[in-house]
Amino acid sequence: MTETPLIGGATLAPVDSRLAGARIGVVTFPGTLDDRDASRAVRLSGATAVDLWHADTVLADVDAVIIPGGFSYGDYLRAGAISRFAPLMSQIIDAANSDAKLPVLGICNGFQILTESHLLPGSMIKNDHLKFLCRDTVLRVENNNTVWTNAYAPGAEITIPLKNQDGQYIADEKTLDALEAEGRVAFRYVGTNPNGSRRDIAGISNAAGNVVGLMPHPEHAVETGYGPGHTGTDGLGFFTSVLNTLLGGK
Amino acid sequence: MPRIVVDVMLKPEILDPQGKAIVGALPRLGFTAFSAVRQGKRFELTVDGEVTEEILAQAREAAETMLSNPVIEDVVNVEVVAD
Repeated sequence: MTETPLIGGATLAPVDSRLAGARIGVVTFPGTLDDRDASRAVRLSGATAVDLWHADTVLADVDAVIIPGGFSYGDYLRAGAISRFAPLMSQIIDAANSDAKLPVLGICNGFQILTESHLLPGSMIKNDHLKFLCRDTVLRVENNNTVWTNAYAPGAEITIPLKNQDGQYIADEKTLDALEAEGRVAFRYVGTNPNGSRRDIAGISNAAGNVVGLMPHPEHAVETGYGPGHTGTDGLGFFTSVLNTLLGGK
Repeated sequence: MPRIVVDVMLKPEILDPQGKAIVGALPRLGFTAFSAVRQGKRFELTVDGEVTEEILAQAREAAETMLSNPVIEDVVNVEVVAD
């Protein structure tokens, strides 16, 4: 695919056949908004983006899957509740739980779908202030030992846009304590907690570290000219992390 | 047509931001007797024909697996309503 040229002085990385051999699937549901941004982020990291459709009954030959943001099925019932039962989700759930440990990243609505799928614990309810919020947020990388965070230094602070209404992460105290004890809190909001999430949690992982979900949008912070402050590219690390894992770098 | 009504509420320990907004607005209209509001969901499942025990069991299962999320919600009522 011919890529739209970057603006702001950045240049596209030269095509690296080793990276391009990594196939990252991006799922589209009815109502998904950020699939094209996620695919572009995949391509900017050097990998090959593969379009996946929610109604597919077979998971295409992919090395990892991204479930992007939006309002799948209109978010009717609960955010992510109906999507969780889409035919492709059964395949993704099985693959994520299999010995192969398919890497899965859920962003925003994708995170909500992963909690509804029970791939990740807890749930999201309306922001404590009840408003839709769109702003850049600073996150601290609490666990860089997952498939999707290994490119970050431990404790690194990254700036990533957040945009949602149902972003308040909740779980019971026992679950929260277990997440903390097992190092499964992947990201925490730094400074202001934008939505009332328990313990400032912005993102979590499963026990194996192949499934990560977060509310902010790394795919919106991958190229100069568009990201936070028009220069921020802190989100690129998610996409290079999975390549590190797939190509055996880490 | 008979309907099966399913009522779902957020668990008591989960903060309900919508209910909080409503209870804050009530006094402005002169409704001062209410100290708290919790907002829930009511589903009406229409059945073509008689509601058998099997159909009712299906409704209960749907309520637990899809209509509610057990992490944050409780199914507080499943009942048959005849028109």
